[in-house]
Amino acid sequence: MSENESKGIQSWVETNVWGLVLMTAIVVSIGGIVEIVPLFYMKSTFEHNKYPEIVWDGVGKRPLAEWKTGDGIRPHRPLEVAGRDVYIREGCYLCHSQMIRPFRDEKERYGHYSLASESMFDHPFQWGSKRTGPDLARVGGKYSDVWHRKHLRAPREVVPESVMPNYPWLDENMLDPEAIESNMRGLNTVGVPYAEADFAAVKAETEGKTEMDAVVAYLQVLGTMAKLDDSKAYRE
Amino acid sequence: MDATAEQKYNLDVVRWFAVMAVVYLVVGALVGVYIASELAWPVLNFDSPYLSFGRLRPLHTNAVIFAFGGCTLMATAFYSVQRTCGVRLWSDKMAWFTFWGWNLVIVLAVITLPLGITQSKEYAELEWPIDILIAVVWLSYLFNFVMTLATRKSSHIYVSNWFFLSMMIMITYLHVVNSLAIPVSMFKSYSIFAGVQDAMIQWWWGHNAVGFYLTAGFLGIMYYFVPKQANRPVYSYRLSVIHFWALSFGYVWLGAHHLQYTALPDWTGSLGAAISLAMIIPSWGGALNGMMTLSGAWDKLRTDYVLRFMIMSLAFYAMSTFEGPVMSIKTVNALSHYTDWTVGHVHSGALGWVAMVGIGALYHLVTRCFHTEMYSVKLINLHFWAATIGAVVYIVSMWVSGIMQGLMWRAYDDYGTLAYTFAESVEAMHPYYAMRAVGGGIFLFGAAIMLFNVIMTVRQSFAEGRVEQARTASLSSATA
Repeated sequence: MSENESKGIQSWVETNVWGLVLMTAIVVSIGGIVEIVPLFYMKSTFEHNKYPEIVWDGVGKRPLAEWKTGDGIRPHRPLEVAGRDVYIREGCYLCHSQMIRPFRDEKERYGHYSLASESMFDHPFQWGSKRTGPDLARVGGKYSDVWHRKHLRAPREVVPESVMPNYPWLDENMLDPEAIESNMRGLNTVGVPYAEADFAAVKAETEGKTEMDAVVAYLQVLGTMAKLDDSKAYRE
Repeated sequence: MDATAEQKYNLDVVRWFAVMAVVYLVVGALVGVYIASELAWPVLNFDSPYLSFGRLRPLHTNAVIFAFGGCTLMATAFYSVQRTCGVRLWSDKMAWFTFWGWNLVIVLAVITLPLGITQSKEYAELEWPIDILIAVVWLSYLFNFVMTLATRKSSHIYVSNWFFLSMMIMITYLHVVNSLAIPVSMFKSYSIFAGVQDAMIQWWWGHNAVGFYLTAGFLGIMYYFVPKQANRPVYSYRLSVIHFWALSFGYVWLGAHHLQYTALPDWTGSLGAAISLAMIIPSWGGALNGMMTLSGAWDKLRTDYVLRFMIMSLAFYAMSTFEGPVMSIKTVNALSHYTDWTVGHVHSGALGWVAMVGIGALYHLVTRCFHTEMYSVKLINLHFWAATIGAVVYIVSMWVSGIMQGLMWRAYDDYGTLAYTFAESVEAMHPYYAMRAVGGGIFLFGAAIMLFNVIMTVRQSFAEGRVEQARTASLSSATA
């Protein structure tokens, strides 16, 4: 029976509950620390450390209203923030990814592979894990606003094969500018750089608008912020 | 009737955790079958926000993981820690706090998730006030468990308790870190992490909810209930020591394999994949250890239906812990990621391993804690076949649909252009989505049979006053 006897440290932890708690607490913490902590320190995690031009130079300094398409990555504007919150509420991320992988077929189907810098203001991230529907990382500008509205109200009217639910209530729900401003201030607290002018712009941009307007604004900006150059290797 | 156990231990809280686990198994599977049907027949969304797939899917995952899985883990850990330590739970009051607190969490999940109140992190959707409640209730579970171990009568801490303890500690880390958020209102908060870091933390949580909650915890069940039910000692002590430390150390690293080829730095994903491959060894060692516990007593499988559930669960455990590492290999992952194959893999673990070993332990617990035999052994057998066939139909349909999806997305025609539109791949999934709903339906049928069987058993026990007799019986004859 010698093989069924514990020795050394094993024997100690088997007879000492605090030893077992301590050893286990240490052993299960290592993997997470090694994989997560460096992501906060290594410059190579974000592509804009090597290619600063992909981020808008006005981030946190100039009002978002001054940003023009192609200027680079920026935080979401009030209407887009509201749209993103609806996207989260409805669980869109459960069927749509926002993360294009560097494969030929994905490039042709969805566009340039996604960069870490593109979601650096996304609290929480919306990369998703499943494509019951197509990837949306670069859906911005691919379809008209009218198409999106029709599609969100009744997907099978424009794509007969679709299994997406209808979202008729988005047209009925009006946005609440006060809640959006408070949400943006919350995002600001967790690190999204907004200027005071951006909070001031909330009312004018969102008052009288519906959740449908907000979702469409959010979808139309996805993946369009940075102008990416095919000849550059943003990632190893 | 075991009057000694009834009077010495707190079986009351175990009884009700076990019954609630069976109730939540039916609820979780029912919501699962419903959302599976929505994907096959989208008309079932009924244009209602509260029934739409995106809001009900988190309800399904939370119901099966935290309601069914949680109540099963709490029932089995509280039961086996008392039996293996030879002492009553450290605090009865705290155990009841855990019971009511956990059920309150579940009720709040059922209310808030269909309302769209969510943090949008998979399997951690519940908003911040509920997250705080979860942390408090979880710590009460952990603390009571550790204090019971500390007051034990036995010299050594039995192996099942190592696994339960490891699960409780890791889930505390994961839940606290992954849920860190700044509230903006009572029902809304934003994660303090963003983008790539948030993704890594989420899948560190996501894969370890699987690795610890649904694996280490349920291995604790395996190490207590399989030897008990088979009436034989664990096959190899050494193997269980290796199994425990290798699994506790290794599983933690696997989360990164969920993010292969994404914007997560390559080193992290590759590290996750490498350790994923190595995890086959402890996983199979553990499965072998469980199965070989039956060596010399295989004939029991012919007559003992509860044991059948447990051994079938170990077969599924071995299968899905082989499949997982294969799917983490980069070339395979390139095909399987984002497809139904992942969904199938999760369910071979969830239906085949977690549910089956849990169900076996719950049948065992119901007879021990209500001091009676099951109402119908035939119905246990029917449940066994429904669960097995349902799980197999589910898994096979997801293998086919997942691999087909992956191949259609990357297929090129003779002119070098993409062969299929995305919509064509969705259309091709329809028969398999229907088949998956049928497989889930068969599994649900089995779960409903179990609920009926358990309710009848409990009624029988109450009608005969079994618990009361066990409580009041004089122990003099037992101790003499």
